[in-house]
Formats: sequence, structure tokens, C-alpha cells
Amino acid sequence: MTSNIVEIDNLSFGYKGRLLHKGINMVFPRGKVVAIMGGSGSGKTTLLRLIGGQIKPSHGEVRVDGDVVHKQDREGIYTLRRKMGMLFQHGALFTDLSVFDNVAFPMRELTDLPEAMIRDLVLMKLNAVGLRGAHQFMPTELSGGMARRVALARAIALDPAIIMYDEPFAGLDPISMGVICALIRSLNDALGATSIIVSHDVKETFLIADYVYFVANGEVAAEGTPEDLMQSKLPFVHQFVHGDKDGPVPFHYPAGDYRSELLQASSGQKG
Amino acid sequence: MMKSKLMLSMLHHLRGMGHRMIERTWRLGAGARLFFLAIVYSGESFKRFHLTLREIYFTGVMSLLIIIVSAFFVGMVLALQGYNTLQKYGSSEAIGVLVALALVRELGPVVTALLFAGRAGTAITAEIGLMKTTEQLSAMEMMAVNPIARVVAPRFWAGVISMPILASIFSMVGILGGYLVAVPLIGVDDGAFWSQMQANVDFSADIVNGVIKSLVFGVVCTMIALFEGFDAPPTAEGVSRATTRTVVISSLTVLGLDFILTSFMLVV
Amino acid sequence: MDRTTLDLWVGIFVAIGVAALFGLAMKVGNLTSSKIGPTYTVTAAFDNVGSLKPHAPIKSAGVVVGRVDNIVFNSETYEAIVTLNIDERYAFPVDTFANIYTAGLLGEQYIGLEAGGDEVVLKNGDKIDKTQDAIVLEKMISQFLFNKASETEAKADVKAAPPVGVELDSLK
Repeated sequence: MTSNIVEIDNLSFGYKGRLLHKGINMVFPRGKVVAIMGGSGSGKTTLLRLIGGQIKPSHGEVRVDGDVVHKQDREGIYTLRRKMGMLFQHGALFTDLSVFDNVAFPMRELTDLPEAMIRDLVLMKLNAVGLRGAHQFMPTELSGGMARRVALARAIALDPAIIMYDEPFAGLDPISMGVICALIRSLNDALGATSIIVSHDVKETFLIADYVYFVANGEVAAEGTPEDLMQSKLPFVHQFVHGDKDGPVPFHYPAGDYRSELLQASSGQKG
Repeated sequence: MMKSKLMLSMLHHLRGMGHRMIERTWRLGAGARLFFLAIVYSGESFKRFHLTLREIYFTGVMSLLIIIVSAFFVGMVLALQGYNTLQKYGSSEAIGVLVALALVRELGPVVTALLFAGRAGTAITAEIGLMKTTEQLSAMEMMAVNPIARVVAPRFWAGVISMPILASIFSMVGILGGYLVAVPLIGVDDGAFWSQMQANVDFSADIVNGVIKSLVFGVVCTMIALFEGFDAPPTAEGVSRATTRTVVISSLTVLGLDFILTSFMLVV
Repeated sequence: MDRTTLDLWVGIFVAIGVAALFGLAMKVGNLTSSKIGPTYTVTAAFDNVGSLKPHAPIKSAGVVVGRVDNIVFNSETYEAIVTLNIDERYAFPVDTFANIYTAGLLGEQYIGLEAGGDEVVLKNGDKIDKTQDAIVLEKMISQFLFNKASETEAKADVKAAPPVGVELDSLK
């Protein structure tokens, strides 16, 4: 048994010839909270989907617990996924089921536990995220932060070894953000799980992550502990961490010469 | 100069047509694959039958009202129109036959399928499209739960079970509507109405064939609705377009298939 | 929606559907009238069966006593051989008449049995000898016109012109 539960080895992935990832290497040690950061559209969420086996890499491989994900058949992938829990960006709660049934869903689908035991387990999970009192609500009756906490309870329903978070802080008010932040760290330590956070919120992520990867232009641009990265002199990391407007990531999308384009447009209208 | 421009625009149209053809063929294949997978993974929907039961409630029971009301009016109109023509030939007793045959053979299965596409089909497409848009299907996949077994198969079987039931109800209610117009209102003889009907409606040739038709329509309408939901682009606009397509494609397919099935049934 | 009420609704739905199908079969369709008990089979030869079809009813005194099983052409005698399934409860003498009648002027054709006076009754596999063909409308009309023409030619012999029906019926 290796000390890394997930290993990404020389991974490339692309659609229609355009590569989104070019030879990425990452390791995720057991029991740690590891963050993957990068700008919008840098393929962070795609990495989670590659770990979950929802898409196949063009080159390289992802190993979960020593098994190569894309070489598994359907059964094998499902076996691997039972070790994972995932929190989707907007919670992805089943809107036709109540909060209770949402958390009970993985237990009912994947185990043969008696209903009485499922009830106890669901209430325990909901209690862990502080929403035991809301178990009879429907997802549409919840606020964004509450919905995400319910989704978190659902993700940890079967005590997974790996918990993946897709933008857990996006679109939350500061209080909910703080709650989620604390929950990620405490659940990780309480369950002895490994957490993978995909995010672009620097402050919260640096607060709880043990190790951070920066992804830019399909490559790992920088990596290290949050303290190291705060001090980093790399221009990209500096720009990202401090939120500078211009830098290696340019303000302007690549375009032709400004002056000639304006002149061209006006002459085009005349003709 | 003009000629080459015309050529170019023609080429452009031709390319567009080819593109659309390929797109449609692709969708047909993908739909057929979904159908196949729904059959393969349908064990779950029978082992845990309450999943299917729930969908029968949403597709079948919820369509009951529109089916009954429409059938009643269709039957009444058929009787009125039929009487208008039949009485010219002095055979207004045959009104029962006319109403019953029209309903059992054609209007029952076809109108039910059209209403089903509009009522239940759109609901299925919108629901699955939204589940996709809000990543509920992805979440299910990541929980190692197969969405085809958990979401598609129960809805498929619910549609296949509901459709013949709805069509039978439609035919029966329609005949009752026709009876109400013909007998108490117009004054056709009660006995002649039913006896002529019984003498001329054949159980296997008319009623069973009607049920077979509605079974086929059940498979087709439900499958189209499911596929459109699955295939919808995950945006609000994508889902709304998919819903429209469900109605359009289902209706055209039902009418076309009806012709093919009828011609088979009349030959055999 | 509580699960038990949902079950109840689906149950009601299915029950209504089954009732509708049952109603269609019994009240609308001919499932009840085509139900006849065990049958015995006899054959009958006709020169012309008109538009008689399999499953056509066999009636005696207006009551359905059986159904036509099938109709084949015999290339040796140039006759149509009709197989009749008759309900076992009803026995008919061997000299029974089998006629092809039409229900109404343009209705469907059926076989009418008129019992004879013989002591011996028809058994399974027997053949009905006395048959009467279907009335072919075109034949009847042309016969009628022909008769009218000959009537006007031979005015003196009006009473000798036979009634149309008898002329047509080729009794065997």
C-alpha cells in the first residue's frame, strides 16, 4: 500500500486535438487536504472527472489506491467510486427527494442496511454538518449554503476514503463559507480521509489545505505548502495569490492591433 | 460573378443538409443505444418495483384527467358527425359501430399517444434535462449508481405500462361519450347501438390490435422523451428546446408509425 | 406524496384500465358472442359462396349455433368446400339445408341452417348435401332485366314468367 491514495502520472487530456492538460503529475497523500487551484477554464474540474473515471485521459494515467482508473471496466470503476465522495459545485441534490432521502440515497442504493440503521446513519451525517433539524425539507427550500452542507453530508454518507470538492466556496456568503471551510478540515480529520479541493478562492483554500497545486496552461505551474506559495516569487503565482489585474495572465484576450481594427471597422461601414 | 455566388450558396446549403443528416443519424443511433441499455439495465426497476410504481403515478395517473376529458369530447363529436352522415343512408343505428371502430382502431391509441407526448413526455424530458443541468446525473454516476438503471429504466417501463392502460380508458370513455350523444340525445335505439357494435367489432382484429399499437407508441414516446432529456444541452435554452422536440418528434413518429402498423394489421 | 397513497392511486389507475379493457372486450367487442362451447365439424359444398368469410356466423332460426371455420376451393368439382364448426349442444338432421344469406340488403353474409326431417343427425366429419348458394346481386339484376325483356316480347305468356327468386336459386 503506497502512502499516496491518488497519483496522477504524466496525464494529458484534450477535446478534438486541443489539449487541456499537458503531462500533469500530482500526488495526493493519505489523510491530507490537497488543493488544486487555477483560473477559470484551466481544467480543474476535468481533473476531478478524470479521477472519478467519468472521462478517459489521452495519455498517462490516474491511479486510485494503486488501480489505474481508465483501465477498469464498469464494475471496476464503480468499485473505485465507492471509495470516493464528491461535492458538486451547486450541490447537485436530487430535487425530487427530501434532505433525508438525499443523504439516505447512497446507502439505499449501494448497501443492504435495514431502514432503521439508515435512519440513524442519516441523522448522524446530518448532525455532523449541523442540519439534523432540516431533514424533512425539500432541496428547493434550502439556502445555497445549507444545500451545500446537505450535499456534503450525502458525499460522506458511506465514509469515503477520498472526498472531492468542486468549487466548495463559490457563490457563498462569508458565514457559510467559513462553515464549509471548517467542515472540510474537521470531516477530513475525523474520517481519516483524503480531501481534494478544486477552487479559485485563495484565502479559504490556503487556510485549510496542507498542499497546493497551481494549474495554468495545462501544466502544474507551481506547487507547495500555502506558506511557501504566499512567499513565491513566481509571477503567475504572485498574480493569482494577490489578485493583480495584469501579469502573466494578460488582461486582454489575444487580439489584432487595436488601431487598425478600429479603422477597418469604420471603412467597412462606409463601403 | 453572380453565378459563382449562387454556386457558393448552393454548396453551403448542401453542406448544411449533409451535416443535419449526419446529426440525425447520429441521434438515431444514440437513441437506439439508450433503448438497448434501458432494456439491459431494467432488472433494477422490477426488483425494486416501487421505483417504477412512482413513475407510473407521474406518467399514468397524472395523465388520467386529460385523457378522460379528451376522450369524452372526441366520442361525443364522433357520434354527432357520424349521425349527420349515417342518417342520410337511413342507417343511424350503425353509429355505435362507427364510434367504436374509430376509437378502438385509431383514435384511442393515436390521440392517447399525442396527449401522452404533450403531458408526460415533456415532463420526462424537462425533468431529466434539469437533472443533467444541475449535475444530478453526474452526482449519481459518482456515487456508483447507474443513472440508466435508476432513472431511465423505471420511467421507460412506466411509460410502456401506462400507455395501453390510458388508451383502453380513452376508447372506453369515448364510446360512453358517443353513447350519451347517440342514445339519450339523438334517440338512436339503445339495443341497436350496442348489438351492432358487438356484431362488427372483432376482439382480436380490432381491440387487440389497438392495444398492440398503444404498446408500440408507449415504447416510442417514452424513449423519445428520455433520449431528448439525456441529449439536452445543459442550459435552460437547451432543455426548453429538447422539450419542444419531444412533442414534435413524438407526434410525427406516432402518426407515421400508425400508418405502417395499420397497413401491417390490415394485410395480416 | 406519501408512498402508500401513491400506491393506492396507481392501483386505482390500473384497475380502471383493466376495467376499460374488460368493457371493450365484453360490451364493445364480440368476445362474448364468439364464445361457443365445444364444437363438431361438418362440411358443405357450394357452387358460389359469394363474400362469405371465415368466422362468419352460422345461424338457425336466427340463433348463432356455430362459426365458419374455413373455406377452400375444390379443383376437381369446382366447388367451394366450407367447413362449419357447430356447437355440440345442437344436433341437426342429415337432410338439413345450408343456405348462404345476407344480413340486410348489403350486410355481411352468414350461413343459415334449416333443419330437415330425418331421424339420423349430423356427426363430426359429415357432409351437408343440401346447400343453397349465395345470391349474387349482379346475377339477380341481369336475370330480372332479361325477364322483363322477354316479358314484353311475349305478352301473352306473362303468367309463365317465374318469380325472380326461384329462377336464381339453383336447388340441388
